[in-house]
Amino acid sequence: MALEWPVGVDLESEKTKMNGNTSYVKTWDPQNPVPAGEKMRSIKLNAWFGAKQALKNIDLSIRANAVTAIIGPSGCGKSTFVRCLNRMHELVPGSSSSGQVLLDGRDIYSKEVDPVLIRRRVGMVFQKPNPFPTMSIYDNVAAGLRLTGLKRGKNLDEVVKRSLEQANLWDEVKDDLKKPGTSISGGQQQRLCIARAIALQPEVILMDEPCSALDPAATAKIEELIVTLKQDYTVVIVTHNMQQAARVSDFTAFLYIGELVEYGSTKHIFENPRSELTEKYITGRFG
Amino acid sequence: MTSYAYRKFKDRLFFVLSLGCVIIAVVPLLSILIEVILNGAPELSIKFLTQTAGVIGSPDAGGIGPAIQGTLILIGLTCLIGIPFGVMSGIFLAEHGNNRYLRAYAGLMRIFNNALTGVPSIVVGITVFALVVLTLGHYSPLAGAIALSFIAIPIVARTTEESLKLVPNSLREASLALGVRNWRTTVSVVLPDARKGLVTGALLAVARIAGETAPLLMTILGGQYFFQDFSQPMDALPLRIYRDSFLNYSNFQAQAWGAALVLILIVLSLNIGVRVASRGRLGK
Repeated sequence: MALEWPVGVDLESEKTKMNGNTSYVKTWDPQNPVPAGEKMRSIKLNAWFGAKQALKNIDLSIRANAVTAIIGPSGCGKSTFVRCLNRMHELVPGSSSSGQVLLDGRDIYSKEVDPVLIRRRVGMVFQKPNPFPTMSIYDNVAAGLRLTGLKRGKNLDEVVKRSLEQANLWDEVKDDLKKPGTSISGGQQQRLCIARAIALQPEVILMDEPCSALDPAATAKIEELIVTLKQDYTVVIVTHNMQQAARVSDFTAFLYIGELVEYGSTKHIFENPRSELTEKYITGRFG
Repeated sequence: MTSYAYRKFKDRLFFVLSLGCVIIAVVPLLSILIEVILNGAPELSIKFLTQTAGVIGSPDAGGIGPAIQGTLILIGLTCLIGIPFGVMSGIFLAEHGNNRYLRAYAGLMRIFNNALTGVPSIVVGITVFALVVLTLGHYSPLAGAIALSFIAIPIVARTTEESLKLVPNSLREASLALGVRNWRTTVSVVLPDARKGLVTGALLAVARIAGETAPLLMTILGGQYFFQDFSQPMDALPLRIYRDSFLNYSNFQAQAWGAALVLILIVLSLNIGVRVASRGRLGK
């Protein structure tokens, strides 16, 4: 698949952005159908922790079956942004948000939407591997189906095997499924968490710096996995590591102090950034 | 003295001081234990553990069977009432106490709860006497269990809250991010992780209530017979110890020592038994 601009971003508005216009991505028009290939979209998304604003008017379109990387210096709102995509942000005491996030064209923040059901469609992998310590490897993968009551009519053994295979972990743990989920190495634990997320067959997988606690070998395995995951899922990955963004992602968004500075195909962002700020950041001159 | 030697000396001194304090603190504890074992152990026999007490003043003091039975019934009933209420209150304080609408209410509950921990047990006894015994019109094991629950609930609630707060938030988030409901996250993820703390809290409460005397005086009264029904007075080990030790007959005083030893053994074996039983397959 040839990589082009994210759907919904037209080059005209890209150009106006360069002249100081902040309306970067075309504002969502409810009259228009979902653009082909778009899985999620944030519209004028703002988020706060108490009085501190963490995200400012983020308009971003996320394409289906692609990897979108969110980069930026610490504290720029990367994690907050992905946590708004599955309504995890609101779980932090004192937090609030405004704006819209569309999943297949429907606002997940509208009143009649149950956030619990959204989280079953938009899965998440965290910075630190967090398998359930009181559960075995098998139970960890099965946890999503068991605890949500979705296991009815499903063959759990099959789901566990398939999820672990998709997470490239099956061969390493197939004889130790009864062992505690915390008994394996950090990299394996992170892949276990990925298996746990995909056991529910979500549509989108959000990854919040999934490799920052791992060594280079384990990181390489997860990156390999991310690239294969996009065949079945839409992946959004937050990363500190620009080489990682360049290696695994199709699209890259650069956030700085809560604002979206630049968004485009990864190739463009890294080879030909339009914003001076982006260029400074990706060449390591700040951040 | 060089300053290096002085600093090393301070380090040693600190160690010796803390060791010394531990030894001093353990002395009364050990002396109680040794005294009870020395005086109580000769009393132990099948007859002592199963028979009713003899008539006061008679050469045969009999056994403490009814008191053991009564104490076990009280512990059971109190756990039945106290643990669910205590654990649920602890869950509320730890898991929902930060909710922006409930925060003030939870704070108030926490203050009440802490105050309740400090209420003298005789006050609890009078309260339950007025509320339950007078209403029902008779002393009853139920009234005793309710009084003991008043003492157990704040302990269980507090230890539950503390141990739930120790569960890392990342586990809750992992579960919620899978689309698991709040209550299911609490029951299936948070509580199992906090299991050890919950068991400790329940055992602390049992140890505390098993030895309570004052509230029982006003609720179950004590007596000579085995448990009859819920409308009759009942005996319990602390009451037996209390009554026996005031009698001017050496065989009854010996019975009090034996009863004290049995009480300690019951609490100890419950402690060990529950800990072994609650050790999970994947427990730490």
